[in-house]
Amino acid sequence: MKQKTDVLQGTLALMVLKTLDVLGPLHGYGIARRIEQISGDLLAVNQGTLYPVLLRLEQEGAIESEWGASENNRRARFYRLTRQGHKQLQVETEDWHQTAAIIGRFFAAKAEDLP
Amino acid sequence: MKFLRRFLNRIFSSVKTRSRDERLREEIEEHLALQTAENVRCGLSPVEARRQAILKFGAVEAIKEDYRARRGLPVIEHLSQDVRFSLRVLRKSPGFALTAVLTLAMAIGANAIVFGVLDALILHPLNLPQEEDLYAIQRGGDHNPSESYPDYLDLRDRNRSFDDLAAYTVNQVGLEAGENSSRAWVYEVSGNYFDALGLQPYLGRFFHSSDEHGPNSAPYVVLPYAYWHSHFQDDPGVVGRVVQVNKHPFTILGVAPPQFHGTIVFLTPDLFVPLVNQEHVEGWNGLNTRGKRWLHLAMGHLKAGVTPAQAITDLNSIGAYLEKSYPKDDSQMTFSLARPGLYGDQLGRPVRAFLAALMLLAGLILLAACANLGSLFAARAADRSREVALRLALGSSRSRVLRQVFTEAVLISLIGGAVGLWGSVVLLHGLSAWRPSAQYPVHVPVNPGANVYALALLLALASGFLFGAVPVRQILRTDPYEIVKWGSTGRIGQRITVRDLLLAIQIAICAVLVTSSLVAVRGMLRSLHSDFGFEPQNAMLADTDLGMAGYSSDRIPAMQKRIIDALQAIPGVESVGLIDWSPLSGGAKGSMIFTDQTTDFRPANALAVAVMFKISPEYFRAAGTTLESGRSFTWHDDQDAPPVGVINQEFARKIFGSVNNAVGRYYKTRDGTRIQVVGVVQDGKYENLTEDAEPAVFVPILQSPSRQNYLVVRSSRDPRQLATAMRSALRDLDAGLPFFIQTWSQQLHGVALFPSRLATLSLGVLGVMGAMLALTGIFGMAAHSVSKRLKELGIRVALGAQRKEVLQAALGRAFKLLAFGSAGGLVLGILASRVLASIVYHATPRDPLVLSGVVLAMALLGLLATWIPARRALKVDPLILLRAE
Repeated sequence: MKQKTDVLQGTLALMVLKTLDVLGPLHGYGIARRIEQISGDLLAVNQGTLYPVLLRLEQEGAIESEWGASENNRRARFYRLTRQGHKQLQVETEDWHQTAAIIGRFFAAKAEDLP
Repeated sequence: MKFLRRFLNRIFSSVKTRSRDERLREEIEEHLALQTAENVRCGLSPVEARRQAILKFGAVEAIKEDYRARRGLPVIEHLSQDVRFSLRVLRKSPGFALTAVLTLAMAIGANAIVFGVLDALILHPLNLPQEEDLYAIQRGGDHNPSESYPDYLDLRDRNRSFDDLAAYTVNQVGLEAGENSSRAWVYEVSGNYFDALGLQPYLGRFFHSSDEHGPNSAPYVVLPYAYWHSHFQDDPGVVGRVVQVNKHPFTILGVAPPQFHGTIVFLTPDLFVPLVNQEHVEGWNGLNTRGKRWLHLAMGHLKAGVTPAQAITDLNSIGAYLEKSYPKDDSQMTFSLARPGLYGDQLGRPVRAFLAALMLLAGLILLAACANLGSLFAARAADRSREVALRLALGSSRSRVLRQVFTEAVLISLIGGAVGLWGSVVLLHGLSAWRPSAQYPVHVPVNPGANVYALALLLALASGFLFGAVPVRQILRTDPYEIVKWGSTGRIGQRITVRDLLLAIQIAICAVLVTSSLVAVRGMLRSLHSDFGFEPQNAMLADTDLGMAGYSSDRIPAMQKRIIDALQAIPGVESVGLIDWSPLSGGAKGSMIFTDQTTDFRPANALAVAVMFKISPEYFRAAGTTLESGRSFTWHDDQDAPPVGVINQEFARKIFGSVNNAVGRYYKTRDGTRIQVVGVVQDGKYENLTEDAEPAVFVPILQSPSRQNYLVVRSSRDPRQLATAMRSALRDLDAGLPFFIQTWSQQLHGVALFPSRLATLSLGVLGVMGAMLALTGIFGMAAHSVSKRLKELGIRVALGAQRKEVLQAALGRAFKLLAFGSAGGLVLGILASRVLASIVYHATPRDPLVLSGVVLAMALLGLLATWIPARRALKVDPLILLRAE
């Protein structure tokens, strides 16, 4: 259980970055909705866990935030990708592709493929 | 990088906790609102929509915790929580906080002061570049640093161990710059002095070896920065100006850098002149006499790679050569090295010993303060055991509770340290500005620097942890169930606790301090009334140097006679005597004494070295020195009469075997002169107060002229009036003659009694601090025990206990501890006072007055400290008390 959330933290951060990259400045609820929409019900995670992740990304300087007005005209915190965040997203996307490729190859490999 | 940025961010957000908490709350609220709206759009009832939103969000509190843990640094947050809590707790008991802070402030302040002086006098005395390899040369078994000029030249030119060897001597001159003429203290220094010390001028230039071309060839002056600042108002135009030194023209070359105060710590000069001009400054030429050791000290930087031991071997080989070449003048030419700042080991050793002892005492004070606070803390911990138990029961960890206790302790010690440091800096600056003697430019240049601050901080932290650690065991053993069930009043009046032990130790330490300070004060008082061999009461001293006013040696005797006559003519003056250096003024010269039969006057053949004074006929009467047998001098004992001398009893015993048959006998001086003894006077103190009886000889001023004079004027008139009369009488004789008038007692206080005065002062202060610590310690203990036992006392009173019994119950323990601690401290103090005897003249702990004084002082302290708690115990009203619980 614990391990699962640990994995999730890393991927969740990447999802947040990608979401902000695609949709531009967004508040926490928006990000949560977007992740939900894309992953469908496959990713059953409490929306609240998003906030510690947002805090970490902000501390690292990947995103920044400011107060703005939400759809129902209330005060909401809007998050935006920084330049460093863009860079980080790029690097992590590459890393992810690489990792995915390696893992993919592992799963594709059969016993007779080994020398 | 990422980690660092996050770390900094976390530190930053630790500070603004509240706004961040608020922000998260608002964000969550908005999130839930949006989700609820969405759910409502999907057709749920508002209540259900809200519920679903919350479910979907997850455990709000857990997320908040997680968020918080990531946001700041828990360590800092806990620390700031602890600090805030401690401040609140301390504010609730201001009496305790104030006592604790003041106690520590005193203790840490005392340490900072002693360390500041230690740092200034011993660790960094001269403010010179590369001071660590600067050494002074000392000669012989008594570590005498003085040298003759020819010997110095030989040592300088023949050694292979020093980069360069500089020498200096200190003197007084009459200095005329512009309209005013004043006495000034001068360093006569070798030409290479500034270069050998590695100094650069602040203004103008220094003189160098290349400026020396034989006697009186370099009439140059270099001014120390301070003198230039105070007497020439920072005028850069002084360079090149001509001033009169003892009526000889000297040219100002430059100004020394501000941090340079000369090469002997206590004595700041007013000007530097080259040694080769010694005749202008002192009126005689000593550049070619190998037997006269008038240079104060020779010193230099060791060459790179040369160890002190190698340098000593090198110097000793030169010494052996000198002994062989000049057997008449040089003997005991073995050498040792010492730090130059305190005049070699002669002054350095006692000063170091004294400061080390003071540092030890100051350390004891701090220890006593820690013991004091430790027991206070333990008492508080006992009082707060309920609170601690509650916290433990509510799930706080013991380490967290301990951390809070330590935070409180360190907080107090830091505040106390800051206050103490502030006080000590103020006092050290005061000490720096203090001029103990009006006549000598003596001062203690201490400027507290980073060292002192660092020490204070270190001591504050260390003592905080030390006394904070006292209640640790108590807290670790706390059993929440027991305490919450029974309350904390269960264990009282049983076996000896750590607290009792601490208090006894503390009282013992304080008794040591009180004892040693009383011993010192008593010794000081006694030495004021001891027998100096002269009578300083009802006598004035006028100190003058005829050479400063340009009197040549043939005019000096006549002028001295005129001065004596003029002073004698003042109404109310009983007698006037003249002496070249008054005893105990630090200028006494030694003279080698040979038997009448001696023909070979090498130093090894001398029977004794006697202190020699040159006096006028009336001196003994004016000084109040008793003539034991024979006669004093008359004005007929002059150059044409046979040479005569008056000796003291010790001289008579040592040279002639007894006092009775000394009169009429002969002895010889270094130059072979045969001197007849015409009288014997009582023994006295000549160089310092702690010396054993020394042989001394007095010779008539007409037979051995001196331009340096102290005029002793005996009169029972008011000193101030008399001084005015003396001043005008002297001015009428010669307005250009600089002189200095003070009472003989004043002069003794400034010079001879200075060390014991300083010792008495510092020990007195430490003693008072010790007493105050004992006071607060006993008070704390007594007050605590009374407040803890109010209920019990109430019951006792209700059952008919008398006042005496109540007091006995409440304070018996405090008095018992006081008695034991004082007794122990008294014994230790008596042992420690042996050290004191070497500094403070007449200091002996085996003095009934001192012993009873200590007992009385401690008893008084006990009474004073238990006064308030005792009154509280007596005022116990059982009705109120029993109702309250």
